[in-house]
Amino acid sequence: MLLIPCPHCGPRAELEFSYGGEAHIARPVDPASIDDDSWVTFLYERSNPRGVHAERWRHLHGCGRFFNVLRDTVSDTIAASYPAGQPRPALSPDGKGTKR
Amino acid sequence: MSGRFRAPSGGRVDRAKPVRFSFDGQSYQGVAGDTLASALLANGVHLVGRSFKYHRPRGIVTAGSDEPNALVGVGADDAHYTPNMRATQIEIYEGLVAESQNRWPSLRFDVGAINEAFAPFLSAGFYYKTFMWPPAAWKRIYEPLIRRAAGLGRAPAKPDPDRYTQVYAHCDVLVIGAGPAGMAAALAASATGARVFLCDEQAEMGGSLLSEKTAMIEGQSAGDWTAGALAGLAARANVTLMPRTTAFGWYPHNFLGLCERITDHLAGADPKLPRERLWQVRATEVVLATGALERPLVFPDNDRPGIMMAEAARIYANRFGVLPGNTAVIFTACDSAYRAALDLKSAGVAVAAIADLRAAPGGVWVDRARAAGMEVREATVVTGTTGRLRIDSVNLGKLGPDGRVSASETIACDLLLTSGGFTPSVHLFSQSRGKLVYDEALRAFLPGTSVERERSVGACRGIFDLEAVLNDGTAGGSGAAEAVGFAGAAGRAFAVDGDSVGSDGFIGVTPHGGDPSRTRAWIDFQNDVTENDVKLAIREGFRSIEHVKRYTTTGMATDQGKTSNMNALGLVSQTLKRPLPQVGLTTFRPPYTPTTFGVFAGQSRGDLFDPVRKTPVHDWAVAQGAVFENVSLWKRAHYFPKPGEDMHAAVVRECRATRQAVGIFDATTLGKIEVVGKDAAELMNRIYTNSWATLEPGRIRYGVILGENGFVMDDGVVGRMAPDRFHITTTTGGASRVLTMMEDYVQTEWPNLDVWLTSTTEEWAVISVQGPLSRKVLEPLVEGIDLSRASMPHMSVREGKICGVPTRLFRVSFTGELGFEVNVPAGYGRAVWEAIVAAGHAYGITPYGTETMHVLRAEKGFIVVGQETDGTVTPDDCGLGWTIGKAKKDFVGKRSLARPAMMAGDRKQLVGLLTVDPKTVLEVGAQVVADPNQPIPMIMLGHVTSSYWSATLNRSIALALVRGGRTRIGTRLSVPMPDGPIAVELVEPIFYDPKGARLDV
Ligand SMILES: [Zn+2]
Repeated sequence: MLLIPCPHCGPRAELEFSYGGEAHIARPVDPASIDDDSWVTFLYERSNPRGVHAERWRHLHGCGRFFNVLRDTVSDTIAASYPAGQPRPALSPDGKGTKR
Repeated sequence: MSGRFRAPSGGRVDRAKPVRFSFDGQSYQGVAGDTLASALLANGVHLVGRSFKYHRPRGIVTAGSDEPNALVGVGADDAHYTPNMRATQIEIYEGLVAESQNRWPSLRFDVGAINEAFAPFLSAGFYYKTFMWPPAAWKRIYEPLIRRAAGLGRAPAKPDPDRYTQVYAHCDVLVIGAGPAGMAAALAASATGARVFLCDEQAEMGGSLLSEKTAMIEGQSAGDWTAGALAGLAARANVTLMPRTTAFGWYPHNFLGLCERITDHLAGADPKLPRERLWQVRATEVVLATGALERPLVFPDNDRPGIMMAEAARIYANRFGVLPGNTAVIFTACDSAYRAALDLKSAGVAVAAIADLRAAPGGVWVDRARAAGMEVREATVVTGTTGRLRIDSVNLGKLGPDGRVSASETIACDLLLTSGGFTPSVHLFSQSRGKLVYDEALRAFLPGTSVERERSVGACRGIFDLEAVLNDGTAGGSGAAEAVGFAGAAGRAFAVDGDSVGSDGFIGVTPHGGDPSRTRAWIDFQNDVTENDVKLAIREGFRSIEHVKRYTTTGMATDQGKTSNMNALGLVSQTLKRPLPQVGLTTFRPPYTPTTFGVFAGQSRGDLFDPVRKTPVHDWAVAQGAVFENVSLWKRAHYFPKPGEDMHAAVVRECRATRQAVGIFDATTLGKIEVVGKDAAELMNRIYTNSWATLEPGRIRYGVILGENGFVMDDGVVGRMAPDRFHITTTTGGASRVLTMMEDYVQTEWPNLDVWLTSTTEEWAVISVQGPLSRKVLEPLVEGIDLSRASMPHMSVREGKICGVPTRLFRVSFTGELGFEVNVPAGYGRAVWEAIVAAGHAYGITPYGTETMHVLRAEKGFIVVGQETDGTVTPDDCGLGWTIGKAKKDFVGKRSLARPAMMAGDRKQLVGLLTVDPKTVLEVGAQVVADPNQPIPMIMLGHVTSSYWSATLNRSIALALVRGGRTRIGTRLSVPMPDGPIAVELVEPIFYDPKGARLDV
């Protein structure tokens, strides 16, 4: 069970959270102006990386807030967590970020 | 006396406390402190089981959790029966009942041993090669055959009566293994003030020190030092000692699963105690002190009862005061077996000879053995053994410098002890996804790069010398505490007076000079895998160790190859002539030892498996004899049968009453969300397909929510209570899904909206009063609300009081009749419900359940999300195109509706179905086709989504999604069923009062 650092509450056990899929996939401001292919990309296509993945979590059984996490999909190491709406932080060269 | 083979003194057992137990129906006596294995050995019993495939007689091999052979079933009755317990780990108690497995009719005479005669046909890959064809034979012959033959033990046939508990715990440093390394680590870590857990799978902590007779630590015997160390640890408030607790699994972020056995060792345990406790521990740092397991030497006929590990024999002699035989031969590739030979000799076992694989063994232990008069045979191997149910002789051979083996002598014995050196236990480290590295000098995989916050100490990282182990443990313990943030308490160095046994050893199959296809050298005892099986797999082209493992099943038994994996690897390496690390290592997976289902289930069984949600009216409905159904976690009244009524009769009566007079229905389970804020209407506009800007306070509207993919996700009526306040209702099952979706958009897409969402599902009891007389029933009960047609039209909401209780009173109908939904604070729900029932008595008010609710709504063609929709249905598909606010620029799902596939004319569309025979009621889920006589597979045009008997219409009705359905209205299609096709006519999906006249009253 992961130990997920909620940026608002601190580290909590995974069972307090619900997963929210890949982060930084912004809904187009004017969907009507988007062509079909771009809309399908927005709806369905995800990066699914082997390595660091920016993903959304919600502290469902805590503060209720959505936030983002940088998690390595191979090691499960969480390099950073940050509130929704903030840009994806750059990782230090060792890939471990600033937070453990 | 507790057995012929119990030494008169020595060991840690209490001879003054005899314990009686039974094995295979025979009564034996052991003593307090015995395991089942030590007690059986004390009684001269080595034969304890039959092997898995060939039913070979098998004896006790080890003294710990690595035991491959001595698996027994324990339990006096079927409910308490647990199969596949290791006799080496079972603590005996008065009245213990154990039995051997895998034998019939008896352990000494087992019919299944006939398999031995067929051994040539049962080699590696046997299942894959034999059970190939014909396919029809699989179901009737092969699978039952394999199922009967496969699997160890038998599952208990009755529900488990024991209780299991689960606890979450946190600590600074978790130390796994309470041998010398673990105790030293716990002492050092706890001295800094860190909160330390120390767990060990055995009943008594101390590990190898419990069987150490000669080494002195700090001038004390190993036993005295251990007692002092444990007393010191127990006295520290920041230390938790956890004996009988196996750390079985490592999960991400230093989360470990520990299983504590609480009552298995007790006779007549306090029934208040759980049998086992699952500790789910989040440790900041973990110290692995899991020790090492002795590796058997592999040679022909190495599986007879009486052949065991040298160190295990030493443990039985030193710790349990048990002599595992009268005359021993020892076959070794390392010095530790000499130490065992010396301890056994001093306990009273004659040592006939020591066969040493090494050409020139030397050093202090070999010298001592020679000085004690033991015959040491250098460069000597075991080429075979004899004895049916117990070994009676050993054949030795001389190993020449060229690798050839020549027979040398045969020695009579009743005990053969082997040692191929020690394999560090890296299971948990590997589970933590740490990288293993191969150490050539130690012939062992050792912990390399860590992924989690852990460190290994002592034998599990290849350090075997006791003094070095203690000091490594100390360094690891203080290092772990320091990593947590504790400082101080420099680790003290321990002085040990004792001699190291070095780290020699052997991996693979020892040279024996025999034809491997005629000899049988067992690698995996539990799965009956031989040298020949592994070589056959390699000849057949398997190279990867993962493939060899699956093809031969070596290492795949319940012991996960604790004693066999390295030798299998060594044999593959020998055969392929490829360095061992290049052959690779199979993956270690949890659990380390078999773990009960009970401890994982914990309290989550029976009524506690899932939460149950009940409405305030629940108990009233129970008292009325309601039959309930589960809707998500809710219990909902399904129907209210009167004496003698079945469901059909009850529903017909409930429907009639509601259509003709008045019915009352508990709608409390509907999801409810309060949307409040300056931008509440704006959020509603973006989430729902409908337009909300024009909805005035006091009015309500039916709304539809789509997913961003354009498919219907939920629906419900929404009341506007004030310009900045909406009262949303959702489906019963969709409440949390809708709230989560709205929160998601509010928090992440539109954080600038000034709006707040609150779940109010459990705040309101909802009493639905439906039928032409509903207004008459409610009018006398309300204050401050005018229910008249002029003042309160259909689809409006008023606030006021009912029965003196504040209410939000909706005029709304899911039945097609005049109707009201009375929302009152949940705590008043029962009282208001009963008051309405009392007031309605004169009008024949009739409680109805979800079945009647469904019939009434289907008569009106109202959809139910999840019944008429399945995640692929657009609003237009299910006849809800009218809910889409045409003028709205955007809402969730709007863009998707503009994709070509979403507007195709041949999409499945909601229609009504009337069976040509009005008495026939269709089956929900049945397929709709054009021609029932077409060949199978038929072209399926759609399916039935709802189907009921309508008492109102005196005929069956159904709703269906049919390809291009709206253009087919008026035509006939067919519903093919096992008893023949059913002709249906497609009609508009509304069967009753299509103009809605009954609502406008
Ligand atoms: Zn939080």
